[in-house]
Amino acid sequence: MSASPDHTSDRVDPSATTGAGLPAALSASRRTVLRRAAAVGLLAIPAAGFLGACATSGGDDEGTTEQDTGTKSATNPLGVKEDAALEIIIFNGGYGEKYATDVHEKLYQTAFPKAQIKHQATQAVSTVLQPRFAAGDPPEFVNNSGEKFLDFGALVADGQMQDLTELWDAPSVDDPSKKVRDTLIPGVVEQGMFSTPDGSRKPYVLYYVSTVYGIWYSGKLFKDNSWTAPTTWEQFTALCEQIKGKGITPFGYAGANAAYYMWNVILTQAAKVGGPDVLKNIDNLEADAWKADSVIQSAKAWAEIGAKYGDKSFEGLKHTDVQLRQNQGKLAFYPSGDWLENEQKKDTPAGFEYQLMAVPSLTASDKLPAGAIRAAGGEGYFVSAKSKNPRGGMEYMRQMLSKAGTRGFTETVGAATVVPAGSEGYQFPPGVASSQAALKTAGANVFNMMFDNWYKELDTEARTATNELMFGRASAEQWAERIQKRADTIKGDSSVAKFKR
Amino acid sequence: MRQGKYPFVIGFLALPVLLYSVFVIAPYVQAFQLAMTNWRGVGAPEWVGFDNFQRLFEDEAFWKAVQHHGILLLALPLITIAIALYFAFMLNVGGGSRSGQRVGVRGSGFYRVVFFFPQVLAVAIIAVLFQMVYRPNESGLINGVLMKLGLDPVFFLIRPNLALWSIIGVLVWQAVGFYVVLFSAGMASIPTEIYEAAEMDGASRVTLFFRVTLPLLWDTLQVAWVYLGIAAFDCFAIVAVLSVDSGGPDGATTVLAVEIYRNAFTYSRFGYASAMGVALFFLTLTFAALTLRVSKRESVEY
Repeated sequence: MSASPDHTSDRVDPSATTGAGLPAALSASRRTVLRRAAAVGLLAIPAAGFLGACATSGGDDEGTTEQDTGTKSATNPLGVKEDAALEIIIFNGGYGEKYATDVHEKLYQTAFPKAQIKHQATQAVSTVLQPRFAAGDPPEFVNNSGEKFLDFGALVADGQMQDLTELWDAPSVDDPSKKVRDTLIPGVVEQGMFSTPDGSRKPYVLYYVSTVYGIWYSGKLFKDNSWTAPTTWEQFTALCEQIKGKGITPFGYAGANAAYYMWNVILTQAAKVGGPDVLKNIDNLEADAWKADSVIQSAKAWAEIGAKYGDKSFEGLKHTDVQLRQNQGKLAFYPSGDWLENEQKKDTPAGFEYQLMAVPSLTASDKLPAGAIRAAGGEGYFVSAKSKNPRGGMEYMRQMLSKAGTRGFTETVGAATVVPAGSEGYQFPPGVASSQAALKTAGANVFNMMFDNWYKELDTEARTATNELMFGRASAEQWAERIQKRADTIKGDSSVAKFKR
Repeated sequence: MRQGKYPFVIGFLALPVLLYSVFVIAPYVQAFQLAMTNWRGVGAPEWVGFDNFQRLFEDEAFWKAVQHHGILLLALPLITIAIALYFAFMLNVGGGSRSGQRVGVRGSGFYRVVFFFPQVLAVAIIAVLFQMVYRPNESGLINGVLMKLGLDPVFFLIRPNLALWSIIGVLVWQAVGFYVVLFSAGMASIPTEIYEAAEMDGASRVTLFFRVTLPLLWDTLQVAWVYLGIAAFDCFAIVAVLSVDSGGPDGATTVLAVEIYRNAFTYSRFGYASAMGVALFFLTLTFAALTLRVSKRESVEY
């Protein structure tokens, strides 16, 4: 499409483009959610003018089309139109796509036999979906994950994600007296909440997989050498020395594309030293949050590990390359989340036995115990508010969260979900068993961080800076200074949607 | 002229002009418009005027990319043209004259094919290929050999001051074949008599090259320079696939196309990315105009 001269762009009214100017009376209660999504679209058309229509190929018109709704009933609490089509986009990464085709889609199909399900898997979510959203033809259900996930902040700002309040309050599939939200690990709904442009916080994202982060080693390698997983910094460095003596690289991560595994370790340890508020401050873009003592101490400690016990060549390697080296017994410690075991399945030799240990504590006066751990719901899923059948998308989530859905997922990929009932009595492979055990040990000392999902530019800066730090080109202070500078820029940038927790 | 001239001309021109406007002009105009907005890719754009360009001036990554284009603009054409000229001369003229015909060195037919080989491969494949060549440990093609010999591995893509040159190496490797063919075609059209006359006067190969071949190839060289310059403004695929952390380490290999991609598809800043695109557009245009103006000279008639 091309612009005609009589539609000049100065007709754009900034206040009406994202729905920020909506009257409060319109804000969500049950059915108005849909109407609101439509209203955002309606307001946006005349306001954004031809410029928007051009760039988005008339995307806003789509927001006004009728969305499918059916009648609510005990078996259909969300009021899905039974024969409405449903399009599912799955990120084909660590967990593959089989769990969707073999488990969840079948469950939905059984519940709604007349519905037509379209399945698509991709490794580059944003590449595939960006044009779809821009064209106003988004799929109903998206597994927004992987290296190229869609920016959640941009999606929220544009009102693209369906408010999931109705889903969380709906009765669960297995026990109608229980709401869906009550079947989950505490904190999962909150984790998926974002501040909307009008200032309220709404649940938009379902984080489905229970993800535990830590440092991984081979149980077999350690048993053969009678090494034990260290909990203090002295034990850790002493063991690194021993491992080095054996000709094995003690610690490593992949600099080419997975530097965030490393900032995760540094910040996890900082949270132990200074308490979880350290991370909260970072997420909330507080002044000098990155320059907190605990953060710098931890960065200093790990920079030394990088210099003494790392391998310089890892900076040029991708995560799978470094993981392979661990499988080959050439690398002892590797930081990652508990998707690692499944991701490496075909390259892991028999008897390797993945084991997770919590990031060791740094000092005796750490605020959190050595067993404290970063764990969260991983793998974000959302329903597109402007798709044809958002109720179908939410119902699909409800099916996913049923016992059959979560059990099926766990059996297919060997990972636990955020629904504890789904993995009761299930025999996990050694790696996930160890991460689940670590989660239990941690008890209430579980924390999480969000800034990388909220501000991708900050994530990029932290990755780059962390490579500089770990491969000896920057000091801990320079590292903190640099990331802080970017955080401040983002804070002062009115075009970036801000989030708080 | 005759009546009906205009309908005739318009009839022929209308369709191409229309296609050109729709598929070339319109996207450009749209990019210029988007550059003035803070469009985030999914909703409606918001007009922000010249904010994006102001941001551009303060953006370190942008200036780093521009600086790399400067280096590429000098290095890529110079090295590529020098190597391609040498090869082309050797393949076509370097072998001396046989029964009144200028020929190349022995086996030039074979070399011609070999040199052209990289041109057949897709850029992405070349990038992946060189990932293997440059790998920093014993599984790399070069470092594997070095380490077998007991030498330290060379960190081609990791060392900040080596990374860009490693990438320039790949670009040259890929481009040379095409320009060998281009220059060969140019040389083939130079009359043999001129060479014979020069040789009779006792000219060496070096003199032949600088006094005969080069001046008569000027137009072709000019085209090559512009092409390579424009290539130096792109290099997206090679940098995106080959470099550490896409344009890293720490932005040491980044180029505008990579920054545009990052801003658009990673940060969802389509407006800002468009502003970079506009900057790139003007940089390329300026370069092409300057090159054509500076290198303008009388073409030699023969």
